[in-house]
Amino acid sequence: MTHLPHRDRLAALAHRPLLSPAAWTALLAATLVMALLPLANLVFAPGHALHISGYMIALLGKFMCFALAALALDLVWGYAGILSLGHGLFFALGGYAHGMYLMRNLGGPDGVNRMPEFMSFLSWKEYPWYWAFTDHFAWAWLLVICVPGLLAFVFGYFAFRSRIKGVYFSIITQALTFAAMLLFFRNETGFGGNNGFTAFRTILGFDITAASTRAALYWATLAALALAFILARVVTQSKLGRVLMAVRDSENRLRFIGYDPLGFKLFVWTLSAILCGIAGALYVPQVGIINPSEMSPQNSIEMVIWVATGGRGTLIGPIIGAGAVNGLKTWFTSAFPEYWLYALGLIFVLVTLLLPQGIVGLVRQIVRRRKEVDA
Amino acid sequence: MSVDEQQASGGTVSYGRVGTAGVDTTHGAILYLESITVSFDGFKALNNLSLDIGVGELRCIIGPNGAGKTTMMDVITGKTRPTSGTAFFGQNIDLTLLNEAQIADAGIGRKFQRPTVFEAHTVFENLELAMKANKGVRRTLFSRLGSEQLDRIADTLDVIRLGDQAGRAAGLLSHGQKQWLEIGMLLMQEPSLLLLDEPVAGMTDAETERTGELLNELRGKHSMVVVEHDMDFVTQIAGAGKVTVLHEGSVLAEGTMAHVQADARVIEVYLGR
Repeated sequence: MTHLPHRDRLAALAHRPLLSPAAWTALLAATLVMALLPLANLVFAPGHALHISGYMIALLGKFMCFALAALALDLVWGYAGILSLGHGLFFALGGYAHGMYLMRNLGGPDGVNRMPEFMSFLSWKEYPWYWAFTDHFAWAWLLVICVPGLLAFVFGYFAFRSRIKGVYFSIITQALTFAAMLLFFRNETGFGGNNGFTAFRTILGFDITAASTRAALYWATLAALALAFILARVVTQSKLGRVLMAVRDSENRLRFIGYDPLGFKLFVWTLSAILCGIAGALYVPQVGIINPSEMSPQNSIEMVIWVATGGRGTLIGPIIGAGAVNGLKTWFTSAFPEYWLYALGLIFVLVTLLLPQGIVGLVRQIVRRRKEVDA
Repeated sequence: MSVDEQQASGGTVSYGRVGTAGVDTTHGAILYLESITVSFDGFKALNNLSLDIGVGELRCIIGPNGAGKTTMMDVITGKTRPTSGTAFFGQNIDLTLLNEAQIADAGIGRKFQRPTVFEAHTVFENLELAMKANKGVRRTLFSRLGSEQLDRIADTLDVIRLGDQAGRAAGLLSHGQKQWLEIGMLLMQEPSLLLLDEPVAGMTDAETERTGELLNELRGKHSMVVVEHDMDFVTQIAGAGKVTVLHEGSVLAEGTMAHVQADARVIEVYLGR
């Protein structure tokens, strides 16, 4: 009988490891290398051959926040086929929530925390109710997670229940982030109007501009990114991940085998918004500013381009894409500042036409060809 | 009556989890359609259609294009709501109150006219997704295949003869293989009632014959409704069972294949135009 080996083959199909041993090694090695970089900033004095500037560390920390946001976007777009053009909103909300805590710790020369200036200008004597408890770090982080999560849940519930899909859904997300931006531009909203929050001084009592604080924020971001990657891998490798891909490929068919797509879409959509909010929260202390322009539609579209460039539907792709596009942006905006948007548009067109699977897809194709040639 | 009320009164209707135990078939029928009318902007796709399917029966439904065969399937599976009339699954489950996923979970499986498998998933994963299980979000996230479930997938792969294709993407299968995979997915749901919409459309003769064998193997284990154009195929699977002829949204004739073929009205509908 051929039944037994047949069974073993099926068992191998059913129980695949979370990551292959090679992938685990690569993940650990990459995390380790990234973790060592701030040491090169702290240990070696400026001018030393191995010194890495504080600017570089801050830049990489920022890129990792973008990578986390891209990973979050890929969960909904690459796996469940839900294209969000409004993920910048969740990113900004996480940033604002964390920023509220930072604004409560402005500590003047006398060491007493004053109300932010934008509130004094409005001649407000007290913090509005929604600023309550934001002087507590833990509460601020609860907001970082809950505000984007709750907004995504409620918005997602109504959108998915009404079976709004495809381009209609994308346009609504775009409108949502635009509306929020207009709301946050108003001074009376209580979030500093178009200036937003800036001039932060301390976080948990540590000087926010100190090299050691910057390194700690960098490490926190790296840890968040690595954990989010593993979490995303757990989700996408589970049966739920396969259901999400079925939602992407044929949602109606899925209903007829007994799944209600609503709950699955809502789960991944909310998870994605939370991860994006965390990315925003880590971003704000590192760049030292958050304002409503983070909610502009352009930012959300840029996120989509990171994912597309790296390779949607792969988890490593968005991380690579966010790094590559932003690396290019950093160089471009200092060399030819006026032309960045044209370059970005060109990247999107070229990726769509020539690299539908992104950078990761290209690499996979090359590897496959090599193997065929060898064989 | 809402689902909750049904659960309270009828006992064990359950969606979102294992469901077939809840069907009350004590009167010997698994599906009752009574005076179903579906009108689209005044056009009656189904016109006062009444039909019942017995437990374990294999019923063939034939009829010219536009007779309402697919609309009838849509009503049974919750895709289309009837304008009037009642549709019951067993004695106790009112199909007009449930959505597609709840109906699928209650134990009605449907195979579509065009094969619709998840093309990016492997054959194995297609069967895994379809398998009867708790299909809630949390249970799905933490689901792990046990050896019993693995056996069931292996058995189904044998029945549909795709054992050596288990690891291939379903999109790479031939048309006939996709149709069988879809039948396999239906079987994994352990439905009490199987609806097959033109299962041999577009198949080669050999594939058609193999599909006939497959359905004959399943006869008696499941109640089945087969909608088909191909008369030879219907003759092959109908045997001494009942055949229903639909015409313009209602039942034109019902009886054995020989009986309906001799019916003057049926001949007129099929041959008179």
